[in-house]
Amino acid sequence: MKARQKRLVLVGLALVGVAGATTLALSALQSNISYFFSPSQVMASEHPTDAVFRVGGLVVKDTLARQEDGLTVHFKVTDNAAVVPVSYTGILPDLFSEGQGVVAKGRIGTDGVFYAEEVLAKHDESYMPPEVADTLQTAHVDGIVEQTTGTNTPRSMTQ
Amino acid sequence: MIPELGHLALIFALILATAQAAMPLAGSLTGNRPWMTMARPLAYGQFVFVAIAFVALVEAFLTSDFSVLYVAQNSNSLLPDIYKVSAVWGGHEGSLLLWALMMAGWGAAVAAFSRNLPLPVVARVISVMGMVAIGFLLFMLLTSNPFERLFPVPPEGRDLNPLLQDFGLAIHPPMLYMGYVGFSVAFAFAIAALIGGKLDAAWARWSRPWTTVAWVFLTIGIALGSWWAYYELGWGGWWFWDPVENASLMPWLVGTALIHSLAVTEKRAAFKSWTVLLAISAFSLSLLGTFLVRSGVLTSVHAFATDPERGLFILIFLCIVIGGSLALYAWRAPEVSEGGRFDLLSRESALLLNNLLFVAFTVLVLFGTLAPLIYEAFDLGKISVGFPWFNKMFLALAPFLALLLGIGPATRWKSDQPWRLTKLLWLAFALSIGVLALTSMSAVSGDDLWVPVGIALAAWLLFSHLIILRERLKHKQQGWRQAIVADFSGNGRSFYGMVVAHLGVAMFIVGVTMVSNHQIEKDLRMSPGDSHEMAGYRFEFLGAQKVNGPNYRADQGHFLVYRGERQIAELFPEKRSYLGGGMPMTEAAIDAGFFRDVYVSLGEAVGGGDWALRLYYKPYVRWIWLGAALMALGGAIAVSDRRYRTARARSTAPAGAVGAKA
Repeated sequence: MKARQKRLVLVGLALVGVAGATTLALSALQSNISYFFSPSQVMASEHPTDAVFRVGGLVVKDTLARQEDGLTVHFKVTDNAAVVPVSYTGILPDLFSEGQGVVAKGRIGTDGVFYAEEVLAKHDESYMPPEVADTLQTAHVDGIVEQTTGTNTPRSMTQ
Repeated sequence: MIPELGHLALIFALILATAQAAMPLAGSLTGNRPWMTMARPLAYGQFVFVAIAFVALVEAFLTSDFSVLYVAQNSNSLLPDIYKVSAVWGGHEGSLLLWALMMAGWGAAVAAFSRNLPLPVVARVISVMGMVAIGFLLFMLLTSNPFERLFPVPPEGRDLNPLLQDFGLAIHPPMLYMGYVGFSVAFAFAIAALIGGKLDAAWARWSRPWTTVAWVFLTIGIALGSWWAYYELGWGGWWFWDPVENASLMPWLVGTALIHSLAVTEKRAAFKSWTVLLAISAFSLSLLGTFLVRSGVLTSVHAFATDPERGLFILIFLCIVIGGSLALYAWRAPEVSEGGRFDLLSRESALLLNNLLFVAFTVLVLFGTLAPLIYEAFDLGKISVGFPWFNKMFLALAPFLALLLGIGPATRWKSDQPWRLTKLLWLAFALSIGVLALTSMSAVSGDDLWVPVGIALAAWLLFSHLIILRERLKHKQQGWRQAIVADFSGNGRSFYGMVVAHLGVAMFIVGVTMVSNHQIEKDLRMSPGDSHEMAGYRFEFLGAQKVNGPNYRADQGHFLVYRGERQIAELFPEKRSYLGGGMPMTEAAIDAGFFRDVYVSLGEAVGGGDWALRLYYKPYVRWIWLGAALMALGGAIAVSDRRYRTARARSTAPAGAVGAKA
């Protein structure tokens, strides 16, 4: 009987711990996730206006412009259906370049510009973030784009 | 010709692995001795053939044989020889071959170093390892053959990803895989014990050193990866909670729980079913990690190019391994006898609590890593879980773990008295409170409360372990120095290993606390001749010039770093462009120190000789990896304990008769 009580206490403690951890984890999760939206979705205003979210696509050719201070860059991201202007202050990742897939995390300003806190490009040039690949695929299926070549850079960039 | 030989060797290895999986096991179940004795030669044979395949691939890389697709994709004739060798595991197919080689190597090691084990046990363990090897060899042969030919033969290879052209990364995957694959030995011992229906203290003592060795490798592998990310990615971070990092952390967390629970099983014959479950989990999580990395289902900076076919294969393999072993567990575990009883306040309870905390953290990391998949499956949108969430979870559990870590080793097995513990540890506790008060006073504002807490917890670990050490030596007649030496060369290795590893945790805590709260990072634009002052250091930019490396061209910045009027470092960060793939890369310049790093990385040239660049001040960042190194060292010391070496004489002794102390 005594051993059983002891075991019950341990099991009870474990359950309380698990329940506590789960509550804590889930409530913290709500404030720490960021949703992904494609440029088309952003243009259709499906995105949140008061929360951080991610937008991704291909960097439109000839849109990368460095500002006076030498640190702020402006560029545009597209899913071949819509285009979102992005502003970022800081050092861009090595593999960032025009025509490449990129995911930016930040908020949209009242001026319609996406102010990125973080810009991610990938370690490997042949790798495409799944979200971006999906986005391009969707735009392709919708028949908006004339041409997309696999997961690689589309040859003709519609603007 | 040689690549075909390699391919053929892999097929032979698969045949041997199949025999290895079937014959010894069948022999052990029917009592057929000759079949059981086949286990060792088959394990050696499989290793030899996988090694031949591996050497064949290395040869293809060294001779730049671009008719082999994998070589053409991952090498270049300009690549320095050392990186030609490390390029062997720079991509998916080759890293899988390395995995198979280590798998076979662990199998051969078990065969060679298990002379003192009963034959049926050896036969079953090696059989289970053969089964796992079948999975990986089949995977390689069916979906990822590294020896596939390419026609027409390209004149030049695509080059190894420049990020991987680095010494740290040359040794990081082998270490990590040694750890991952090493857990297959613990797994095999657990499955063999379930098959045999004999889970006892002897089983725990046999699998304990193997598990610890695997854990040591995994610890080193993860630390190397973190160190590499820090200096090579040029972002100055040491951990990003990236899915692939999490994939390596989860087996480590469960592995850490496992080596502690094995201690209980060995000493007190308790927690047997739980230990088996942990052994199964540790290896399953290693496999899950592989699945996550190879299938590309998660967004990760490490991901290999996606291939759904490969993902599907691993998923099926994963289901067979996890499903099969859990089914076996459900069938056999209820027969396992109950272990020794223990009180609520005892070493057993402390270790149980340790296990619960580690498992809880593993579950959280697993959940956070898979959350994007869960959300997508339920059509809740595409999300990513930010690293602040993981940090919060870590901070919610780590302080309890650290508090417990100071108490656990001081408790007695089976039953302890609260007043004895209080009398023993009050001084350590009081001193840590003192440290907390002192550091709180010097903390400027309330928002960095974590710094005093972190430092106090580290101090608590240091003081309590010193007291535990004194307690152990108090009856010795000699001076403390001789006493430690005598104890260390006697039976105390596992105790000292534990102390060293726990002090590594203390060091790790200091590093994480200081670097997370006091690091400074600044993006700025500098012209030649400009200076910038940060954290008491003055960075002077002298300009940048073009330099040529063996397979890259670079812009090399020139910085002088001053502390007051004294020049303390001259830094040359580079922005490289590799000739093979044209890929740009930042090569940070770091002045490393025991108490701080100063770190410069070049961003981009912004015209007129100006550069956008980033400066970092990283206090105590080395302590993170030194702490991990101490943990690994502790594991290595523990493995060298005498009782593992003399296990032959004792392996037949009844469980309760062995090792009641320590």
